[in-house]
Amino acid sequence: MNRRLFAALLIGGAASGAARLLAATEPGIEVSVAASRFEYTPDKVKGKVGVPLTFVLTSLDRIHGFKMPEFGIRTDIVPDKETRVTITPTKPGTFTFFCDIFCGDGHEDMAGTLVVEG
Amino acid sequence: MQQTDRRQFLKLAGLAGVTFTAGLFPRGPADAQSGDFHFVQFSDTHWGYKGAANPDAEHTLERAVATVNGLATKPDFIVFTGDLTHTTDDGKLRRERMQRFKEIVSALSVKDVRFMPGEHDASLDKGEAFKEFFGATHWTFDHKGVHFIALDNVSDPGAKLGDEQLAWLAADLKQRKTDDRIVVFTHRPLFDLVPNWDWATADGAKAVALLMPYQNVVVFYGHIHQEHHHMTGHIAHHAAKSLIFPQAAPGTAPKRPPPPPFDASLAPLGTRDVAMAKAVTITELPVVKA
Ligand SMILES: [Cu+2]
Repeated sequence: MNRRLFAALLIGGAASGAARLLAATEPGIEVSVAASRFEYTPDKVKGKVGVPLTFVLTSLDRIHGFKMPEFGIRTDIVPDKETRVTITPTKPGTFTFFCDIFCGDGHEDMAGTLVVEG
Repeated sequence: MQQTDRRQFLKLAGLAGVTFTAGLFPRGPADAQSGDFHFVQFSDTHWGYKGAANPDAEHTLERAVATVNGLATKPDFIVFTGDLTHTTDDGKLRRERMQRFKEIVSALSVKDVRFMPGEHDASLDKGEAFKEFFGATHWTFDHKGVHFIALDNVSDPGAKLGDEQLAWLAADLKQRKTDDRIVVFTHRPLFDLVPNWDWATADGAKAVALLMPYQNVVVFYGHIHQEHHHMTGHIAHHAAKSLIFPQAAPGTAPKRPPPPPFDASLAPLGTRDVAMAKAVTITELPVVKA
C-alpha cells in the first residue's frame, strides 16, 4: 500500500478508511483452474471487461505452465501449491491460455479459452 | 526482399517444390575465397509417432533418406533440426527410438551428419538421452568460409535458451567480423511467430539482438512443420517442412488446430536443399521423387 494513502486512511478514521480500502481492492471474479496432463479443468472461463479476474491455479500431477500472451502473463503451476494470477480485461473477446512447459505427448493440445463479455 | 514480395514470389512460383532465392546474404560473402556448396536440412522426423496424421510414419523417413541419397550433386553435409523422435514418458523407449532413428539415417550416403534436439527429444529429460546418442545440444562449426551455430531452445522445458547459452553465443559472436557469413540452426522460431500457439522462444529476442550487429545472418529452423519465411530486420528465418505431418498455417485460429488429414501423396512433407553462394537458395525436396 502506498504510504500516503495509508496515512490518509489513518487520518480519515477507522470506518471511512475501511470503506476506501475495500473499494481499492475490489475482489472481482475468482476462478479455480486445475492443470493436469494435458488439459485445464475447466477449459472455458468467463470474464467481464473492467472486472479483475483471478485464476487460482493448481496442478494435479506435475509442473505445468500457464501463459496468456495477450495479457502479458505467464506462471509455473507446481503441485501442492496454489498459484494466483490476476488480469483485468480491457476489451471483450476470446483469448487463449496454454501450457508453456513441455509436459509430454499431448502438451501441444493443453490450452483453454477465456471469453470476455462487455 | 520484403515479406509481401516473398509471398508474391512464392505465389507466382506455384508454391510447391519451388526454388526460393532468399536474396541473402544481404551484404554478399565476406570471404571471396570461400567456395559455393550446399547442405540438406531434415526436420521434425518424429520417429516413433503412431497416429492418423501419418499412417506411413514407419517408412516416411526411409523414403526421404533414399531421395536425398539420389540427389544429382551430393550435399557437403546434412543437418537435422530437432524432433528426431516423438516424445515418450518412458526413458527406455525414448532410447530405443533414438537408436532406431540413428540406424535409419545411417543409410545416408553423406557421412557428415549433424543433429540437434527438439522438445520431443529433450524437454522431458533436459537432453540427457539426446546427449548419449548425439552429443552436445548446441555447437558451432565452420565450413568453406561460413560459420554455423546450432542453438538449443528445447532442453529447458520452458523453451528457453537460458543465460548460460546466451553468454556462450555472445562469446562466439565476439570472434566474428560483422560481415562474416553466419548460419544459425534452431528448433523453435527465435522470434514470436504465433505466441498463442507457443510458436516462439521465451528468450529468443535476446539471441536475435546478439545477432543483429552481424550483416550476413540466416536462420534455419523447424518445429512448425511447414515452409515459412520471416524477416527480423535484415535477418531471415526459414522454417522447414516435417517428415511426419504438416501443421496448420501460422495464426489461422486462436488455438492451434489439429494437423490436417493425411495426404497419401506425402506432398506436405519433405526436406530442403540449401545452396550457399552469393545468395542462399532454398529448394524444397519432396519425400519421394515425383
Ligand atoms: Cu503441461
